[in-house]
Amino acid sequence: MENLLITILLTSIPILLAGTGELISEKSGILNLGVEGMMLTGAVSALGSVLILGNPYAGIFFGALAGILISFIFSFFTISLMTNQVATGLGLTIFATGLTGLIGEPFVGKTIPSLPKIEIIFFSEIPFLGAIFFKQDILFYIAISMIVLVHFFLIKSRFGIVLRAVGDNHESAHSIGYPVKKIRWICTAFGGMCAGMGGAYIPLVLTPHWSEGMTAGKGWIALALVVFASWLPFRLLLGALIFGGITILQFVGQARGWPFPSQFLNMLPYLVTIIALSLISIKTRAGNIYVPSCLGKSFFENN
Amino acid sequence: MFIFTPRQIENNNWVIISPLISVIFTIIIGAFIFKILNYPVLESLYQVFVSPFSRPDRIADIFVKACPLIIIGIGLIFCFRANIWNIGAEGQFIFGTLCAGSFALLFPDNENKFILVLMFFVGFLGGAIWGSIPAILKIKLNVNEILVSLMLVYIAMLFIDYIVRGPLRDPMSFGFPLSKPYPDGAIISKIHFPGIGFLGQLHYGILSIFVLAPLAWFLINRTLPGFQIKVFGSAPKASNFAGFNKNKITFVVLALSGGMAGIAGVIEVSANMGKLQPEVSFGYGFTAIIVAFLGRLNPYGVIFAGVIIATAKLGADNAQMILGIPKVVTGIFEGVLLFFLLAGETIQNYKISFKRKT
Amino acid sequence: MLLHIMVNLNSKILLKANNITKKFGNFVANNSIDLEIKKGEIHALLGENGAGKSTLVKMFYGLLLPDEGEIFLNEKAVSITNPKLARYFGIGMVFQHFSLFPALTVTENILISLDKNFSKKELENKISDISKKWGLSIKPSKKVNELSVGEQQRVEIIRCLLQNPKILIMDEPTSVLSPQEIKNLFKVLKNLSNSGCSILYISHKLNEIKEIAKTVTILKTGQVIDTLDTKNVSTKILAEKMVGKKVVKLKTKRSFTKTKQKVALLVNNLSRTKKNLFGVSLNNINIFLNYGEILGIAGIAGNGQVELMEALSGETTGIKEEIMFEGKPIGDCKIDFRRRLGMEFVPEERNNHATVSDFKLNENTFLTFFGRYNINESFIKKMMTSANYSYEDSIEIIKKNDVRCPHENPMAKQLSGGNLQKFIIGRSFQSNPKLVIISQPTWGVDIGAATSIRQQIINLSQNQKAIILISQDLDEIFELSDKISVISNGHLSKIKNKQNISPTEVGLLMGKN
Repeated sequence: MENLLITILLTSIPILLAGTGELISEKSGILNLGVEGMMLTGAVSALGSVLILGNPYAGIFFGALAGILISFIFSFFTISLMTNQVATGLGLTIFATGLTGLIGEPFVGKTIPSLPKIEIIFFSEIPFLGAIFFKQDILFYIAISMIVLVHFFLIKSRFGIVLRAVGDNHESAHSIGYPVKKIRWICTAFGGMCAGMGGAYIPLVLTPHWSEGMTAGKGWIALALVVFASWLPFRLLLGALIFGGITILQFVGQARGWPFPSQFLNMLPYLVTIIALSLISIKTRAGNIYVPSCLGKSFFENN
Repeated sequence: MFIFTPRQIENNNWVIISPLISVIFTIIIGAFIFKILNYPVLESLYQVFVSPFSRPDRIADIFVKACPLIIIGIGLIFCFRANIWNIGAEGQFIFGTLCAGSFALLFPDNENKFILVLMFFVGFLGGAIWGSIPAILKIKLNVNEILVSLMLVYIAMLFIDYIVRGPLRDPMSFGFPLSKPYPDGAIISKIHFPGIGFLGQLHYGILSIFVLAPLAWFLINRTLPGFQIKVFGSAPKASNFAGFNKNKITFVVLALSGGMAGIAGVIEVSANMGKLQPEVSFGYGFTAIIVAFLGRLNPYGVIFAGVIIATAKLGADNAQMILGIPKVVTGIFEGVLLFFLLAGETIQNYKISFKRKT
Repeated sequence: MLLHIMVNLNSKILLKANNITKKFGNFVANNSIDLEIKKGEIHALLGENGAGKSTLVKMFYGLLLPDEGEIFLNEKAVSITNPKLARYFGIGMVFQHFSLFPALTVTENILISLDKNFSKKELENKISDISKKWGLSIKPSKKVNELSVGEQQRVEIIRCLLQNPKILIMDEPTSVLSPQEIKNLFKVLKNLSNSGCSILYISHKLNEIKEIAKTVTILKTGQVIDTLDTKNVSTKILAEKMVGKKVVKLKTKRSFTKTKQKVALLVNNLSRTKKNLFGVSLNNINIFLNYGEILGIAGIAGNGQVELMEALSGETTGIKEEIMFEGKPIGDCKIDFRRRLGMEFVPEERNNHATVSDFKLNENTFLTFFGRYNINESFIKKMMTSANYSYEDSIEIIKKNDVRCPHENPMAKQLSGGNLQKFIIGRSFQSNPKLVIISQPTWGVDIGAATSIRQQIINLSQNQKAIILISQDLDEIFELSDKISVISNGHLSKIKNKQNISPTEVGLLMGKN
């Protein structure tokens, strides 16, 4: 039972991290469909850097860095050149799938050491919960605390309000003197960093070797997660756990010999995504106050 | 600092120039990538972009490779013109193929080519059904079609995998996940040129392009539904003002593009594989998105675009064999190409000038 | 040094623009403009749409940089590179289309526009202080999308006042207010000016300028035409200076023949729940309209005009009996069906609603004409019509209505606002409709075009057509209408004959919630 819960938690970390980043960039008005690509980039960079440097912590750093760098491509086109965000995001994923395939080629068949678990003294002694929540790796702690931080950042901090303002009405933000494009660059870079770390988590903790396209749609699920969470950080956490649970179901099913073909169990995360999106749409058909009004719209600055 | 000024007058030549420039820039970027990765630059470029033209049979194979891309791309034009983001053509291709293939396997050892005709219908229908799922969810519940159509790709992949490993597996396949071979009536034959023989894998399915492209062009430019699609894509409020039914448009474009992807699947599998297998598409549905954009959402443009992309795909195969360059490199080209095409649209809409910050 | 300060203290000119020029591409928006604003003065900037008023004040507020010329504050040349700097210099601005964030609360809106950092609590106290002091009541915890337009403007003003501005720029502040709200605003502005704050007041409304401003500077096509003392000049002269020629008066009708009036439109208890958070619900709307009559519907923007237009036009549909046209129930019929019955519609939004901006004019003609080609042919034939069929109709509309085009068949976005509106109205009159519903026909249109559009509306009514005119412009409503009603928060007031209702009454109804 304990192990099952831990597995669910760990499985949900990549989409949680990527979803957190995407939430911030969407709150500023940028819809980045390149999450899948950014995660792949993070994954291959993490894996490569660990292979070269031998230190799993280097993987976190380089995964995050690679995520930021590749998000700059997206920002340059969508923010500076005002290209269509949907198409550009798609392009980023296609580009990154190719690029990571090329970079990852020499890594095929090699295994990396995984991130060490860090026990948090005192807390880890708590029966049951201690082993689940306080004997994990550093990225796990980062991901969970990030949710809390982002929540308070968006509500309380001045920059958080400005960020929401930019996503709500970029014309207004511009006319009272905020650098809309700069803010969006930063938010997209944050999204890239989180997606990079989320991607890095896959080789660093879950499956320690490279395979082409190893994110298997997690980036897309992260995108759906943000919609499902109505752009609220804590719901993002909830959603990620649900998806983690469903992903684990297929392994449980296989282990216990459930009488379903494995393909159908493997379909579940994608099916559930569709169902979840539909349910949330029924609920918010009348309009959702949390949807950033400028989401996906380019900002044109006339000077 | 760069200053963007909206253009008042449209530059008509740009429609043709911009894809050409994008292709050239992509090749330049490609050269850089080869350089960085220490592959011989000229040799690599030669293999990717020129070697497919080196022999008549290779040229023929370009068209074979381009065929599914073009057909899917033509279907996607309708969606993209309507500003509906169908990125799940891959799934529609697979599901259409699966339906048509299952249908064909109902008639073992039958040589009647009428089966093939019916397969086109069934394949179209299958693709259309898969495409209409995001349409219905969008119409009824306002669910984002991008994510749904994409999720359905994964589902379709797993579904065909289950079918060919389970119900439709050929007991004679020595454990391989393959269906029985299609009956002869379901096979699209290769074109036999008198005096020359076969040219590569060139098959009669290619001819469908020359029916579908003009048909699509006519639909878009000379009919009321085509006009409705364009208005809806450019200005949904104006479309409502005119009295066009947005639900109908959404459904039709998604079902139509799904159906086209299904037809592409029927042709691809009936001509080249002759049976069902777990992998019937090799990312055609995703690549076709690039093809549609490179063709500037024009059916005739898509033919050229399909040929260009197919060339690079075949070239990448050659490059892998001869130089050991992983063929995923085409993904990089496709992404970069899309970036440049989109940037080209910005240049079309804005005059860009440089100004010193004061 | 001391001398320098003395000069500053004695100087009465607060803000001075010297030879300011601003170009966008080849278009000269401002052409060597000179302007002086004295301390504590209310200075009006008068001009038509596109005269360059907004461009000029955006340079004062740091949103645009002048290509040539200098701005002086207290006789010191300054370069205002961004709004933050402008606020630092004591310049505040209230925007025409507001610069607020609908999803944020009033406090959050104000918080992020202040350059000093406050806690939300502190700020809420400050807001209530200011709003008491100037009589601008507001609830700080409300989200801006829940506020009326008038309240939103108050938020903008409070936001500026919290910075203790020396000069307040107001861009067309009254265009969205009821007469009573305008009165209140003017009181605030006068108090502000008495307390020493200068106000730069941008408007194209002549009466207002005479009422509130001391000095007026008139702009036309980016140039200063004149600067005058408002006391010594009549509105007529102001108008002529602004337009640059004699203003044509409307040939108003009309001997009102009360003979054989026929009912055109009946609306019975029309209700619609709002579609989203930003919409307005319609409540029990009743309309009775005869042929030959113009019904004017006044009201402040955002009170249900858009929804009413959509319901009457058939862009949204409802119960059959809600709307009767010539005795025929059509409440459930779509817009194209209603057009076939002889109704025509001109919605408020010209770009990408009444027309598609990126489409050519023949395509935009086809947009509403598509049902008229191959009528008696088979379904297939009807489907095989395209914008090519509309080419001649389009040319005729352009000619008949004096639509000025850069070339024969331009895209809609290449036309000026006035010419595009002439095209749209011409398109709807082309089919000789029995009933026309027009929303904000002259909004943002230059005076020449506005006059000709109003004349067309009157002429149409002379021909015994029924017209509903939805407008925010009270003068327009009283000038054109036979009957008047007011829409407020989704309710339509009882329809009255023009003779039986005064502008004050209408104003009160507009402000009722």
